[in-house]
Amino acid sequence: MEAGTAPAGKITARTRSERRLGWLLCAPAVIAMLLVTAYPIGYAIVLSLQEVDLRFPEEGGWAGLSNYESVLTSGLWWQDLFNTLFITVISVAIELALGMIIALVMYRAIFGRGLVRTAVLIPYGIVTVVAAFSWFYAFSPDTGFVNNLPLIADDKAWFGERFSSFAVIIMAEVWKTTPFMALLLLAGLTTIDDGLYEAAKVDGASAWQRFWRITLPLMKPAILVALLFRTLDAFRIFDTIFIMTRGAQDTESVSILGFNQLISRLNLGLGSAVSVLIFICVLIIAFLFVRGLGVRMAEGRPGT
Amino acid sequence: MAIAEAGRFTSRLWVTLIAIIAAATLLASCTGSDEEGGAGTELTFFIFNEPSGAYQEAAANCSEQSNGQYHITFEFLPAQADAQREQLVRRLGAEDDSIDIVGMDIIWTAEFANAGFVEPWSDADAQQVTENVFSSVVESASYEDTLYAAPFTSNTQLLWYRKDRVQNPPTTWDEMIAEAERIGPAEGLIQVQANRYEGFTVLATAMIESAGAQILAGPTEVGLEQAPTERALEVLGQFARSPVAPPDIDTSTEDTARLSFEAGGSSFMLNYPFVYPSASENAPDVFEQMGFALYPRIDADMPSRPPLGGIHLGVSAYSNNKDLTFEAIKCLVQPENQIIAATMGGLPPVREDLYGTKELDEAYPGFADLIKESIDNAAPRPLTPAYTDVSLAIQRSLHPPGDIDPNDVGSVYDDLHDAVEKAVQREGLF
Repeated sequence: MEAGTAPAGKITARTRSERRLGWLLCAPAVIAMLLVTAYPIGYAIVLSLQEVDLRFPEEGGWAGLSNYESVLTSGLWWQDLFNTLFITVISVAIELALGMIIALVMYRAIFGRGLVRTAVLIPYGIVTVVAAFSWFYAFSPDTGFVNNLPLIADDKAWFGERFSSFAVIIMAEVWKTTPFMALLLLAGLTTIDDGLYEAAKVDGASAWQRFWRITLPLMKPAILVALLFRTLDAFRIFDTIFIMTRGAQDTESVSILGFNQLISRLNLGLGSAVSVLIFICVLIIAFLFVRGLGVRMAEGRPGT
Repeated sequence: MAIAEAGRFTSRLWVTLIAIIAAATLLASCTGSDEEGGAGTELTFFIFNEPSGAYQEAAANCSEQSNGQYHITFEFLPAQADAQREQLVRRLGAEDDSIDIVGMDIIWTAEFANAGFVEPWSDADAQQVTENVFSSVVESASYEDTLYAAPFTSNTQLLWYRKDRVQNPPTTWDEMIAEAERIGPAEGLIQVQANRYEGFTVLATAMIESAGAQILAGPTEVGLEQAPTERALEVLGQFARSPVAPPDIDTSTEDTARLSFEAGGSSFMLNYPFVYPSASENAPDVFEQMGFALYPRIDADMPSRPPLGGIHLGVSAYSNNKDLTFEAIKCLVQPENQIIAATMGGLPPVREDLYGTKELDEAYPGFADLIKESIDNAAPRPLTPAYTDVSLAIQRSLHPPGDIDPNDVGSVYDDLHDAVEKAVQREGLF
């Protein structure tokens, strides 16, 4: 930050040596990152340009961009991309609203603060696959409790139709990850100076005005970082759909599509092309957040 | 001070952890060798976790008979075929040498053979392990006229019905649907497997083959003769749209079908014989009224082609002990072990000559011959290295079956034909 504000061409010797030290200290982490992320990504890109199918080891060779052509000309890719975006937008929107309420409750809780915070975090501590199975069985017509609730038909087949499947999938996602959202928002909330609220109260601002004029604007950086994390996470949704419908009823996400090509069909070329395209989508989303909405990852707190 | 204390605590934690791990490893290695008899080379058998323990029993017999040459240990795979295959191919694709005996679902033979995951069998050995075995089963264990796995246990689906509600078991789908509608949806549901998974391919394949068509005419050649295929699709659509199709038909599996039938609201079920001992344990009242018949026909004049299932045993191409593994498999598939699998686990033998023995009559009281006839008539699923693509193509184009309009199956037929054509050419996404 200091370096950014210094006029160009006037970097002192001290700043330079501090920078060098900074890079040296970062080096082990950078090398580890390159080994565990850059290598697999590079390998996936190489595979996506080849015709590789483990079931037909005698075939192979460079395929140029034909794998990408197959994916992008397939209606299935666009359908699944739509499904993924649909789930992402709806679930992140609900999570933001619920997460904000929970964060406020956690912040304002007068007694049992520790208990409230722990209880809220429990769903996030449960493995996604386990949570997905729990909700799957809860909604299944023969073993679940949901159909025994009032106002719900006893033989309602939740996974027998597209929008009820989506509803259950989104509900399970929201249930599972709202605590994470709430936690990130709580972190933003705690950095707001109480003096501001006091001053607003003295000026006669209502609770709603204080939330709208003080809390939200000052939390904007924290909200955007939370949205970015959850959007990137939600876009890669796999486990819940895999357990509940395996992509049937047209609820397939792009990650399931990639899994089908890679693991079910062992068509590594085509599957890698799908994976690389998912990676590009993630990059685009991150770019839109950072450039379009001005998320500043390093200073995800107000007051800077 | 606090930091120093924390540091001491952490290092004590580490010492404790290391001690626990060391103790656990020692303990595990001791009990492991005690239980397995310990002698000889260890052969690892990857197979689904058959609940009765029949496979372990057979393996223990063989380990003992080998006179200390080998002992077989197990690594268990999930219950569903799709999930078993996912785990196996990820290991085999990485040339993992920890697998010796591969417990293969019968539909993987062509794929594993072409990928070089399993070893071919020599003529002499092949002759030995296919003696008296059903020809449909041998066909499903072979690829390009070479045997790639030894048939171990077979399986087939029967029509299970309620004797108290149905006088004579129906022979065709049309009769079955009419009879079920007469009983009414409260008690007359027909249970099948129509979740979008391998079980739905089993159902669709059995119906299409029963109508007289073939899914594939060759490894890369689409069959699906139009008239019979359309007839099968009409029946499938008619059934899925009828009031006697279960409400959860689109997510139904072998287990949901079994549970629903045991709950009493169904009069018919297409399923494997494991449902019979299961009902006797879970629902004695239903069990008393359980009748059995051959898989229903599509066309009254043409025998049905019931689904064929089962397990073949292959030798992993990446095993370090291939010769011993061949010996172990030859032992595992012996008649006495097939009888153990039938009596303990209800898994039908692959050898024709075992039907009619006392043990089989006890395992399948009154329906051992029915199972034999069903396996004899059974249609293997398409034999092609691209089987997964074909199966996904069938699932994608026909699921959910309730979307098939029985009065206008032309467009569904075209979708199916196109998808299977693309699948055998391995083009596009599935």
